[in-house]
Amino acid sequence: MSSPILSLLTGDILEEDVELTLADLCKASHMPAETVYEFIEYGVIEPLQAQSDNLRFQGTSLFRIKRAKRLQRDLGVNLAGAALALDLMEKIEDLEVQIKRLQQLR
Amino acid sequence: MEYKDYYKIMGVSRDASQDEIKRAYRKLARKYHPDVSKEADAEAKFKEVGEAYEVLKDPEKRAAYDQLGANWKAGQDFNPPPGWDQGFEFHGGGFTGADSSSFSDFFEELFGRAAYSQSAGAQAGGYREYNVRGEDAHAKVLIDLEDAYNGASRTITLKHTELGSDGRPQVKERTLNVKIPKGVKEGQHLRLSGQGSPGVGQGKAGDLYLEIAFKPHPLYRVEGKDVYLDLPVAPWEAALGAKVKVPTPTGILDLKIPANSKGGQKLRLKGKGIPGKPAGDFYVVLQIALPPANTEEAKAAYKAFAEAVPFNPRAKLGV
Repeated sequence: MSSPILSLLTGDILEEDVELTLADLCKASHMPAETVYEFIEYGVIEPLQAQSDNLRFQGTSLFRIKRAKRLQRDLGVNLAGAALALDLMEKIEDLEVQIKRLQQLR
Repeated sequence: MEYKDYYKIMGVSRDASQDEIKRAYRKLARKYHPDVSKEADAEAKFKEVGEAYEVLKDPEKRAAYDQLGANWKAGQDFNPPPGWDQGFEFHGGGFTGADSSSFSDFFEELFGRAAYSQSAGAQAGGYREYNVRGEDAHAKVLIDLEDAYNGASRTITLKHTELGSDGRPQVKERTLNVKIPKGVKEGQHLRLSGQGSPGVGQGKAGDLYLEIAFKPHPLYRVEGKDVYLDLPVAPWEAALGAKVKVPTPTGILDLKIPANSKGGQKLRLKGKGIPGKPAGDFYVVLQIALPPANTEEAKAAYKAFAEAVPFNPRAKLGV
């Protein structure tokens, strides 16, 4: 098989390098600002500084919005329920990482 | 084309009430939702259940499906009898907005695709304009711990489904050369702008998100930005102190073990974890390794040690 020379792609680390504005979130999630505010109100996402006219969000907020929207659409949960499910799933993921580490210790 | 037993997929009997079907669907949807389930085939199961529900929840489609008869077995080669749907009137109602393009050939043969896809398109997001940004794509990449220390470029191959010219989904492969930034940690996401699905019309392409995972390392354990190593030491090294060589992802270092160290004790090498601002730490966990008493000399040495040093390792247990 021929292997064409590929250009090197550079990305940003979402957790560290990327901060999103309200406008970025609206664009990326196809939602009006009012809906994004609703997601904030129910704790699906949290702005980095609460007291600011210029809301900024961690890059991973986009994943939380998308997951919450899918849970809403597919399972019929409301936003409060989606926020709860997301928090619990993140907690489970953390615990699974810890279990993996403890199993390696033995 | 394979016959699909929608009742079996939903786990309900053929005479189940609409309410029972709804309850079964909700339960299965929770179980197999790709955001919730960790099972490898969750997405396929979720789609299958969605397809089954699409038919069974709609009395018109259910009646038409039932008419095929109960003697078919799942997976059996199937061709609809000619004129099977004669006399049935479909009103196209009650479509859930599920992604019908992913439904099976079986569904398509029975209920058609175009009509449903159209209605799905109209419901999906309410886009009016023809310029739509492409979908974002996600993938997981496995990298070596050393890549996080030094940075690296990795060639990754991604599989994705594309609609072919005949309108059927095809699995395509593409290869990307990606720079792994120095200091990246497990579970973090790399965003590659414009590398997702192409947009429609003037719409921009979506982004590609790569989730970083580390390959299991034979020596090191990683926790966030800190890295751990179990270091075996001889009893006399731990008791008397010693200078030993320690492997780290950046090379071999000399480590001073203080006198009277204990097994399980952690020694920290500040800033020698995964690089960053601030960098993680490297922890050496001491493991006391006992030399085997398999020669006369070794046995004599153990005996001499026992006589010279009065020691009850179980003193804390009160025995």
